[in-house]
Amino acid sequence: MRYFDHVATNPLLPEVLDAMMPYFKEQFGNPLSPYDLGIAAKMAIDDARQRVAELINAKAGEIAFTSSGAEANNFALKGVALAKQQSGNHIITSKAEHHSILNTARSLEKLGFVVTYIPVDKEGLVDPKDVEKAITKDTTIISCAHASSEVGTIEPIKEIAAIAKAHKVTFHVDSVAAVGAIPVDVAELGVDLLSMAAHQFYGPKGAGALYIRGGQRIVPLIYGGIQENGRRAGTENVPAIVGMGKAAELAKRDLTSRMEHVRKLRDKIIDGIGRVENVHLTGHPQNRLPGHASFVVEYIEGEGMLLMLQAQEIVAASGSACTSKALKASPVLTAMGVPSSMAHGSIVFSLGIANTEEDVDALIEELPKIIRRLREISPFGKGGWGKLEPEVEH
Amino acid sequence: MNLKFVENVKADITSDIVYMMCPMHLLKLEEHMKELDSGQVLELLTDYDGALEDIPAWWLKTGNEFIGIDEAEDYYKIYIKKARKTVS
Repeated sequence: MRYFDHVATNPLLPEVLDAMMPYFKEQFGNPLSPYDLGIAAKMAIDDARQRVAELINAKAGEIAFTSSGAEANNFALKGVALAKQQSGNHIITSKAEHHSILNTARSLEKLGFVVTYIPVDKEGLVDPKDVEKAITKDTTIISCAHASSEVGTIEPIKEIAAIAKAHKVTFHVDSVAAVGAIPVDVAELGVDLLSMAAHQFYGPKGAGALYIRGGQRIVPLIYGGIQENGRRAGTENVPAIVGMGKAAELAKRDLTSRMEHVRKLRDKIIDGIGRVENVHLTGHPQNRLPGHASFVVEYIEGEGMLLMLQAQEIVAASGSACTSKALKASPVLTAMGVPSSMAHGSIVFSLGIANTEEDVDALIEELPKIIRRLREISPFGKGGWGKLEPEVEH
Repeated sequence: MNLKFVENVKADITSDIVYMMCPMHLLKLEEHMKELDSGQVLELLTDYDGALEDIPAWWLKTGNEFIGIDEAEDYYKIYIKKARKTVS
């Protein structure tokens, strides 16, 4: 199988699985237990915390482990909005966020918070000036995605962070698609909170983390014991956390070579698929994730392309996983001004370290044939879509 | 136990544990007491009501000096002075 869906998830690296195994077996202790077995588990998660902190240039005490990137996003937005509600009830985010931010923002609106959703331009970029204009005396938190998993665009996080700081507003960045894919340094970016997920950088599912700058108050999502410095209750998922630590260590070590590898393959895909008639690259042409090539293909559905690619042992995505299931036009593409009819033809190829030139050659060989075939049978096909674009031949 | 209310106490260390779960107030207390020199004052910021009972009890047990409590908008500031010699 040729796997082009690394934004959905990644396989575990063998070293990561090896690091995790003892914690499924003999090292099964509870990190809060005061005897050796518990202490060993506590030391293992502290070590993982240090590795994750090093990946983003934070301090170990600023990392709270969660069950996922989505939990980290929920925790950041709800936790800070609630912690700061004495000083205001206004939240700023963008229209092109992941559902774990958009739906959390909507749930906060039901609790009486007011949310401003900043638009994005046709390449998916947030304009920091729009963020600044939206700030009111009641604004307590701004949340913005670092990079879009759907269109690959990398947002001007440093600029937004400077604006947030100048207005004394807390700034959260959803870096789930960015950590492990591009360099992320919380000190350089100047962010207050940052979400990440282990499986995005070859760690296990079931482990995520939220960076919480020292001194930032946050209301817990899950109450109970004093795990995660009293901020998130529940016995820790020790094997997954250990795996996240190992994956973070490897991501830090190999980041540059991983980026170079996927960038070369991505550029080949953009060049090869971008040539097909009525296929458009989505997202920013330059400021995009190095392993991310996304397109809208006019007159056909993304789902159809995925099925036919699967028959050729090629897998990819069409919009975000949940959007794909709900058969809805992606809110990200809609926010970018892509008409709903075209947004349905979304297709996303995201590369990983195991992808090869041959994978990409196979894709460039097969996809244009599939597009041609689907257009022939599409209700918009032949005469249908020919009427829309009479000058195009295929 | 009568709670003593104070204002404008100068602290050597402030520990902000607002919104952190019980018993973080006791764990942080122990941790900071190790850092402080005798006679220095710890300011503990917490929204946990139970701390109002626990901390004076801890003070009696350990022999450190409980200076008092200052109520902020939605949390408490608790002041403790490290004794010359502590029991635990």
